[in-house]
Amino acid sequence: MNTRTHPDTETLEVKARQRWMYALAHAKLSELEVFEPALKAAAWQLIRPPETGMAMLRGRMGATGASFNLGEMTVTRCVVRNHENRTGYSYIAGRGKKHAELAALADAHLQGERQAFWLGEMIESLTAQRHARVSQQEKEAARTQVDFFTLARGENDA
Amino acid sequence: MYVAVKGGEKAIRNAHRLLARTRRGDTSLPEVSVAQIQAQMSLAVARVMDEGALYDTELAALALKQAAGDQVEAIFLLRAYRATLPRFCASVPLETETMRVGRRVSAIYKDLPGGQRLGATFDYSHRLLDFSLLAAGETPEKDDFSVHSAENPAEEPVMPMPCPHVLNLLTEEGLVKTEETLANPAEAEIPDITREPLAFPSSRATRLQILARGDEGFLLAMAYSTQRGYGRNHPFAGEIRVGAVDVWLEAEETGFPVPAGEIDLTECEMVNQFVGSPDIAPQFTRGYGLVFGSAERKAMAMALVDRALRADEYNEEIASPAQQEEFVLAHCDNVEAAGFTSHLKLPHYVDFQSELGLIRKLRAEYARKHSARANATMDNQPLQVTP
Repeated sequence: MNTRTHPDTETLEVKARQRWMYALAHAKLSELEVFEPALKAAAWQLIRPPETGMAMLRGRMGATGASFNLGEMTVTRCVVRNHENRTGYSYIAGRGKKHAELAALADAHLQGERQAFWLGEMIESLTAQRHARVSQQEKEAARTQVDFFTLARGENDA
Repeated sequence: MYVAVKGGEKAIRNAHRLLARTRRGDTSLPEVSVAQIQAQMSLAVARVMDEGALYDTELAALALKQAAGDQVEAIFLLRAYRATLPRFCASVPLETETMRVGRRVSAIYKDLPGGQRLGATFDYSHRLLDFSLLAAGETPEKDDFSVHSAENPAEEPVMPMPCPHVLNLLTEEGLVKTEETLANPAEAEIPDITREPLAFPSSRATRLQILARGDEGFLLAMAYSTQRGYGRNHPFAGEIRVGAVDVWLEAEETGFPVPAGEIDLTECEMVNQFVGSPDIAPQFTRGYGLVFGSAERKAMAMALVDRALRADEYNEEIASPAQQEEFVLAHCDNVEAAGFTSHLKLPHYVDFQSELGLIRKLRAEYARKHSARANATMDNQPLQVTP
């Protein structure tokens, strides 16, 4: 197995690509489908049709220690080529073939001439929608935050 | 020994039909959908994913529907499906420190960085049946709990902050041992029980993988036994956290980790009583639990059993079931346990015929010896005449 680096130590180009892949993977299918006509406007082809398999999830002993195999998750992957001859990849949690196909197509377009357009039109919108969802959950969870206090038992009182 | 038995095809076909009818129940009631199970039975779904060792909420819900709610049957279905899928790759180790925490409690520090969050918990509920849920078709009363961020779109989203682990406070002081990491984790062989058979003595990585998919009831009983004195190790719930964690995959073709989405996890870190030696100052020890979905009881049980199974590492006397790895690891898988127990239902006609032959022979011998002894006794004693 090749040595991989942690997300924090990648080059700027890779980091940028990981950022849009993140937005695409965390989007809901319905949010991504809004862009389907635009994504498929020009000719494109499937290099590897969407395929469902598994990824072994690894945990760390005591959260910080050596890795162990926790269990698997379903994952769907896809490879496409767009009209600019760019190759787009996707790995999406779950069995959503359409999600994997659209994400791979978006990845191809995002590497091309109109990167700024796709970042502005699509990735920003997907990111904003996800932030709204996460923010909603965060606010609701934050409302269950507790302030514990210990009652003085009065033993030292006069 | 099993023998092929012919016939019964028609009966089996009809049994399948009857099962389908029984599963569906009263047809005057609407059928429950997989999406409903997925959304409204999330804790049952979590257990099926955990013990089925496959994270997929929709498939786990489908398995529950197909199994008519039988959890162990649903777990079996998910394991069987899992065996049909190719494995693409592994993940980068999950960083639970970056978890978007829905619930986080600690029983060892009252005030801690990041604070404590109760989240969605049964802990403070009276265990009284809530008859308002019985009122058919009625949505729960509208309350003001939901935060309507949509009402104010200009408002900045509130993003969760990474939440440091409670045990870091103890490791920083050297009061608890820092978990060992490997110099180059990418090159290390991480044992995988789905690929290599279990051998003893096992590594902690192997044990954690087995415990993560182990039966909740079995692990809970084992954990409970340590609390009651069978391998006592004085645990404290250092931290329990439940929430969503990003998944990054080591995809082969990209050459860099690829984000694939997020999963829900429950993590439990137990702090246990100390060990020390002439060379090492006393330190707390630790047990670790990590499971899919919201499954706090299972995560706690896993952490307690993980610690109990480290007895050998700490030179503790191994005297109780929860400390014996062969006992725990070989019996905690409910698919294996249910399979071997269920096999007793298979035809054992020939086996049983030989047992019948044997017991008849033994009884005949017994009868012969018994009558011989009775005769001998009678020969030696004068006849007694009862008045």
